[in-house]
Amino acid sequence: MRKFKEFIIEKLVLLCGFASIIFVGLIFLFLLREGLALFKTAGPFNFLFGKNWYPISEPAQLGILPLILGSLLVTVGAAVISIPIGVGCAIYIAEIAPIKIKEMLKAGIELLAAIPSVVLGFIGMVTLVPLVKNIFHLPTGLTALSGSIMLAFMAMPTIVSVAEDALYSVPKNYKEGAFALGATHWQTIWRVELPAASSGILAAIMLGIGRVIGETMAVMMITGNAAVIPHSILAPVRTLTATIAAEMGEAVVGSEHYFALFAIGIALFVISFAINVTADLFLHRDE
Amino acid sequence: MAKIITKNLNLWYFGFHALKKINSSFEANRITAIIGPSGCGKSTLLRVFNRMNDLIEGVRTEGEVLADGENILGQKTDLVALRKKIGMVFQRPNPFPLSIYENIVFGEKIHADGITRDKLDEIVKRSLEDVLLWDELKDRLNQPALRLSLEQKQRLCIARLIAVKPDVLLMDEPCSTLDPQGTQRVEELMRELKNKYTIIIVTHNMQQAARVSDDTGFMLLGELIEFGKTQEIFTAPRDKRTEDYITGRYG
Repeated sequence: MRKFKEFIIEKLVLLCGFASIIFVGLIFLFLLREGLALFKTAGPFNFLFGKNWYPISEPAQLGILPLILGSLLVTVGAAVISIPIGVGCAIYIAEIAPIKIKEMLKAGIELLAAIPSVVLGFIGMVTLVPLVKNIFHLPTGLTALSGSIMLAFMAMPTIVSVAEDALYSVPKNYKEGAFALGATHWQTIWRVELPAASSGILAAIMLGIGRVIGETMAVMMITGNAAVIPHSILAPVRTLTATIAAEMGEAVVGSEHYFALFAIGIALFVISFAINVTADLFLHRDE
Repeated sequence: MAKIITKNLNLWYFGFHALKKINSSFEANRITAIIGPSGCGKSTLLRVFNRMNDLIEGVRTEGEVLADGENILGQKTDLVALRKKIGMVFQRPNPFPLSIYENIVFGEKIHADGITRDKLDEIVKRSLEDVLLWDELKDRLNQPALRLSLEQKQRLCIARLIAVKPDVLLMDEPCSTLDPQGTQRVEELMRELKNKYTIIIVTHNMQQAARVSDDTGFMLLGELIEFGKTQEIFTAPRDKRTEDYITGRYG
């Protein structure tokens, strides 16, 4: 009887262990099945590089280039804003801040991570969007820039906490060694600690960017959702994620449009997967 | 000639009185060993000389430490200049996670701008020659320093230090992670370096102190019990506690 109990528990735990992998596998299979169905009627090249996304016109034009560029623009913008601030913040917390301020900042950053994205989007809509509109004298403030700024806030917690961990785990004797050679604090950070933590910091950046690429709600609310190729960061854009979220409800199941949305899902999956693998490579580079 | 003199040096770590009224004098071009059981304050004393204790919160010092006649404990002391003059080798070899070459030119790069590549090459060669590593490493200067053996790492740390031309080398148990052969070679190196530098070594290994040092100080519970010629300390200690320690009654 005792043996039987052990056996059952062991198998149950095994099942739990494999559950996540099984789910990922199933999701991926489903995504593939539905998404690849598109390519029976449309060419992959036209899909990826087509310049027009008019899914309900006759005949439908299903080019996702504007969406890819929209995602890219928002992501690059968010990266440009969040990386320097995030890494700078991590350096401050790990190296410079007195213990009390350090605790305060860490709590604040956790809080930032806890804000639901729809709330961030909402706040962006009523505060940031009018601001962008007035500063740049635009017809609308719903632009890629607004999306970038809001997403930068969402990437920041990830970047700061992972980068801070990386900096904190740099062996203290590197620091002592640099100080003992007469290096100043900043020289020590710049020449020894940052290089020593570089793989962790790169991983932090990749994870932050991964979060940005996958983000849907906030971008849908504040980037304007115009599926045209953007010519500047001050133009409205629509991202891959926002397209799926906005159109899935109205696409007829089994239609070309429906399959195209799943194909976008595959594209997103591939992008996030590549980013996560890169991050992982950086994290484990030293082992 | 006395290179470093301490006068009534006291140090507290929060409430703990870690160094008690230390009066000592470290001579130039000699190796002085500081021995004593763990926790006696010998490393703390060493770290006073390049103000490394500043990195630790809650440390307060009193008294005077004169290096070349100048008190280095003042608020106004230029720590960069001090640490350039008085360098330190640590217990665990701590080369930076950079190439061998970059490790050695690290000091030069932070202290002077725009040095030519030729000058740096020369510094690397000279420093590695001084620690007898040049022949071993000259073909792999761009490899990561972390791949070296422990002993090579420790020598590299010494090379990195003498590249900035200090006067004094502080060594905090520099051989404690090395095997006997590595220890022997680092000790030989110390004897060789003695002509150019003032060396102060902290060690819990009494045999090592007896082998390499000219002068020895014995510390116990934050006090400097006895300080003098190594030979006298080891053959005719004046204090009962020194004798007990040296003969292995505790420690």
